[in-house]
Amino acid sequence: MSPPALRLGFVPLLDAAPIIVAREMGFAEAEGLALELCAAPSWSSLRDMVLWGQVEAAQMLAPIPVAIALGLVGPVARLDILQVLSVNGDVLGVSSAIETRLRGMGFGFDFVDAKAARAGLAAAVTGELRIGVPFPFSTHAALVRHWLAGEGPAFSLHTIPPPQMAEALAAGEIDAFCVGEPWGSVAVERGVGALLLPGAAIWAAAPEKVLAARHDWIGTQPETVARLMRAVWQAGRWMDMPANRATVADLLARSEHVNAPPELLDRALSGQMVISTRGEERRVGDMIRFHAGAAAFPWRSQAAWFACQLARIHGLDVAAAVGAAMAICRTDLYRANLRGVGADLPGASSRIEGALDHPTAVASERGTMILPRDVFFDRAIFDPTRPDC
Amino acid sequence: MSLRIVIVEPDETRARLLIDSLRPLGHHVTVIAEATGLARKVRDLAPDIVLIDMADPSRDTLEAMATASGPFERPVAFFVDRTDADLTRQAIEAGVSAYVIDGLRPDRVAAVMDAAIARFQMFRRMRLELEATRRALEERKMIDRAKGILMKARGIGEEEAYALLRRTAMDQGRRLAEVAAALVTAAGLLS
Repeated sequence: MSPPALRLGFVPLLDAAPIIVAREMGFAEAEGLALELCAAPSWSSLRDMVLWGQVEAAQMLAPIPVAIALGLVGPVARLDILQVLSVNGDVLGVSSAIETRLRGMGFGFDFVDAKAARAGLAAAVTGELRIGVPFPFSTHAALVRHWLAGEGPAFSLHTIPPPQMAEALAAGEIDAFCVGEPWGSVAVERGVGALLLPGAAIWAAAPEKVLAARHDWIGTQPETVARLMRAVWQAGRWMDMPANRATVADLLARSEHVNAPPELLDRALSGQMVISTRGEERRVGDMIRFHAGAAAFPWRSQAAWFACQLARIHGLDVAAAVGAAMAICRTDLYRANLRGVGADLPGASSRIEGALDHPTAVASERGTMILPRDVFFDRAIFDPTRPDC
Repeated sequence: MSLRIVIVEPDETRARLLIDSLRPLGHHVTVIAEATGLARKVRDLAPDIVLIDMADPSRDTLEAMATASGPFERPVAFFVDRTDADLTRQAIEAGVSAYVIDGLRPDRVAAVMDAAIARFQMFRRMRLELEATRRALEERKMIDRAKGILMKARGIGEEEAYALLRRTAMDQGRRLAEVAAALVTAAGLLS
């Protein structure tokens, strides 16, 4: 009997890696699952492919299922978050013109200090800073809003598909961007801008992409869902082993996956970023993470953080939005399906976001587990039971 | 009253075909071929309906315009029309997405969508046929290379090489092109 076939959608980016590895390295096959990978040209099309049953599950920007739960996408089916595919992985960059002005002011491009970068931009930019992001409902947009709200320069967000980001910067359509790798590095290679910060400098542990599927489909296919979750989780564990990094870069570089040079993909995977055309290198400790520190766990409090911000922008009731967002995080399935393959499971499914300034031991099913640093650059604290953002 | 329709379509032939099917309905149709500055161009044209290929990455830019204005201000209040589930499903299957200005009468939208869906179904068929042709051509090339390798390695003629490939494929229950590809890869490794 042939294994059940499953269509899985993705957008060609570095952080589609867990899905691609799950198929290409045989983790899906080991689970008796025939994965068919379907590349999507845009987030809206990928969302529609899932909603209308052209794929069963998909890699998705974490805030998209949240926005749907909040009713911001119209009367469509509910999507649930099965697990997190990647934490961090975005970079912020500025045009060559702004780079020159910042350097003229003595700004050091340390690629660490988000407060200093914000102050630098406020001094260097007159008028509105136009920032390109991949999608209105994205971790990128959420990070930029949190970073620049209040004290930064006046800004506006403009949706630009990641592969067009460098071009838009070169054409003067935008002054800055926040985008997932390798597209920030592509802008540096093309000589049209410099990287200012990794996303992790704004929020040290920002959930970036998630594995999402229709709520009703999940309900009818529990066994297939379990196999899929195990295959993707195993892929993440395999990818986090340093010895496998080069293989991941080569696999992703193939044209049917991300179609970018493996050297560029390896920058984010290794955390060894090249931030300007001068070849300046900056080492980032937590540039992108797939597995360590319970990276895949779909924390209800993280969906709540996105919901709180979206509710504020769109004038919705914050408490109701937070409740709706937390309900779509399937921590129940994560626990039930991944306990057997060796995932350590945190005692709680929700936490205070931004409270850990250094790796911290917390209660887990097997005793204790270490959660990585998760602070916001401004030391903001988000408590989902008293949402304020 | 005629509607203002904007088509985002870089391919001139496809754009022309879309115009030809929408203008007879009495609408004013404009094409945007270049993705640069898309949001500004759409805003300037102030259309009632925007049509775009689902495979066009620029779709997210339109999506942002549809969600950004929200329910409280509507200088350009586009939204994806999902009130008619059947129509939406047909559109998605055909590969076209539409952004429709708030408050437009559903029957007027439906007429435009029917015409657009029919055209995109045709594009889809053309694309599938093109892909099939390209694949057939590539397989042909692969088989030719495999034949060449066999002729050289075993000192046999072209017909004999082809017969050998075909026999192997039949014995193994695989497609001729697969056997040829395996041979070409193996030969590459050994050389």
